[in-house]
Amino acid sequence: MTILRARALAKRFGTIDVLRDIDLDVERGERIAILGASGSGKSTFLRCLNFMELPTSGRVELDGRVVGSERGRDVSYRESELTAVRQKVGMVFQQFNLFPHMTAVGNVMEGLRTVRRQSKPEARARAEKELARVGLADKAETYPAHLSGGQKQRVAIARALAMDPELLLFDEPTSALDPELVGEVLTVILSLAEEGRTMLLVTHELGFAYHVATRVIFLADGTIHEQGTPDEILKNPKKERTRAFLASHRQFSF
Amino acid sequence: MGQAWDFASVFANTDALIAGAIGTVRLFAICLILGLSLGLLVGLARYAHSRWFNIPATVFVEFFRNTPVLVQMLWFYFALPILVPLEISSLAAAALGISLNTAAFSAEIYRGGIQSIERGQWDGARAIGMGWGQTMRRIVLPQAIKRMMPALTNRAIEVFKMTTLASAVAYVELLQQGKLIASLNFNPIEAYTTIAVIFFVILWPLVQLTYVLERRLKRDE
Amino acid sequence: MYKWDFAPVFANAGLLAEGLANTLKVTAVALGCGLVLGLALALLRLSPRLFLSWPAGFVIEVFRTTPPLVQLFWFFFALPLIAGIEMTPFVAAVTTFSIQSAAFFAEVFRAGIQSIERGQWEGALAIGMSRRQALNHIVLPQAVTRMIPAFLERSIELMKTTTLVATIAYADLLYQANAIAQKTYRPLETFTVAALIYFVVIFAFSLLARRLERRLAVGGESTVH
Repeated sequence: MTILRARALAKRFGTIDVLRDIDLDVERGERIAILGASGSGKSTFLRCLNFMELPTSGRVELDGRVVGSERGRDVSYRESELTAVRQKVGMVFQQFNLFPHMTAVGNVMEGLRTVRRQSKPEARARAEKELARVGLADKAETYPAHLSGGQKQRVAIARALAMDPELLLFDEPTSALDPELVGEVLTVILSLAEEGRTMLLVTHELGFAYHVATRVIFLADGTIHEQGTPDEILKNPKKERTRAFLASHRQFSF
Repeated sequence: MGQAWDFASVFANTDALIAGAIGTVRLFAICLILGLSLGLLVGLARYAHSRWFNIPATVFVEFFRNTPVLVQMLWFYFALPILVPLEISSLAAAALGISLNTAAFSAEIYRGGIQSIERGQWDGARAIGMGWGQTMRRIVLPQAIKRMMPALTNRAIEVFKMTTLASAVAYVELLQQGKLIASLNFNPIEAYTTIAVIFFVILWPLVQLTYVLERRLKRDE
Repeated sequence: MYKWDFAPVFANAGLLAEGLANTLKVTAVALGCGLVLGLALALLRLSPRLFLSWPAGFVIEVFRTTPPLVQLFWFFFALPLIAGIEMTPFVAAVTTFSIQSAAFFAEVFRAGIQSIERGQWEGALAIGMSRRQALNHIVLPQAVTRMIPAFLERSIELMKTTTLVATIAYADLLYQANAIAQKTYRPLETFTVAALIYFVVIFAFSLLARRLERRLAVGGESTVH
């Protein structure tokens, strides 16, 4: 079943068209890796899907219903609807964006307390469960300042999971991490994949993308340049730019 | 020189001084609470994207920051009663003048503090479905308050000093009592020195506190 | 409905103008003296000799922790009796505000000089400059540039603080406004006009200051070569 559908999505910043005319269908259980050079619009695209950025034109359907109110070709958005959407579409950021004045468990609980209005004990129980899920049960009372990058990102994942999202968006989740900490985060993402979670993953970790993704999309100039299975895109790319991109990534591989 | 300093007559008037101190503290408390509360609202309005909030707030801030408090105070005391059929006591006039001025200055402190919270915090909150108000209340303001403490403490010190201006509308506070004592006993030196010392004794610890807060903030950054 | 009548106010425009001129006069003189005195105080404060730095520190602290109006009254009413001199409102005002500004500037100078990172000193010394050359050519110019915003901010503050002189019967703008209000029985119009005049003048300076700050921040004018 199609969880999310983007039609003719476009985003313009000032005079620059960062995204032009993107169509995408995301089925339940799919894991889509999004690749592309810097400036290709990967992050912007992801941020449009949970409306952290508002698309300039085009529309997004979630669970079969269009997000926003359509009037002819324009769509207008109400903040209250968007906050509801963001509960269903979770996001994990490159810079973690944890709340420094709250403990790990406090961070994970925050959405449940403030947005879902759950009681403290209820929220806490759930939060502790999610922290255990990402392997950080013993760090519940620790503040982000005392966590490593990998631990912070895992807390961020737990925070997103606590909201029971239908779809998870990962915006370069390991790009800000020291190399030796990347593995612990990828392991958690892999376990989420094995659970059958639907996710979109913007990443530079091509090897991980190959193993975890069901579909790979290569973005260039604001549109989908090529897409297909991991084997198709990563091992036998048909288009020249895709080839060039992959080659530049392999430049110093050994 | 050769004039014996006469502090005795000053201390004979301790009642007057105490009355003055009470008046000072009362005015200070009113103005600080009103000023900081109103300032928060105006600061949030300044930070808002909507022009309906932004522009009036900016006008308010610019006007009350760029006009002298004494002028505002006299306006409220002499001019307002003509426009509005209300009795404006000297306390009211002084409180209005100082509070509005404080609100304007603290609005900028709040706005600066809020703006200093990096955008990622807003992103993190929005991504789990929090609205503007919730994010402000639970995530941004709690973090911003810590950063604003030195500036807000400074504001409080300024407000305390500004209470002396109320003597211009004959409000009973410390300086007004000083004037009274000086005119009754013909000892302006002792009277005004005493008043100065009282203020120094009260404010010096607060000023030291600001230094401590500033240092601690710099260390935590 | 109250009938506004600005005519009596404008009839006294001359007095208002005089008042404004006096306000600006006090501000300018106090600023000038304050700057010079402030630099002196700062150097005293930075001196390793305690008998110089302590009194300077004391003056600075006293003038920052006592209300300006109390200082003004002390200088106008108390000092003449102690020192046996004649004190006019103008002299009292200028003295008070000069020392007060000096106390403020001293801290700004000190912070400015101390804020220039060690690296600048070391860079200068490493290419063979003496400490005095380093101070004059590298550190001080940068310190001065950083202090200009604080100086402008203080000037604007001072323009507002000078209204205090009205309470010791110096004929500044506020004093004139009060006198006119009583004369014409039109306090609403008079004080409103006075407030607007203050606002226009101070706001204009404020905008100028901000523009200057922006230009300095962009680093257009480098006094260091």
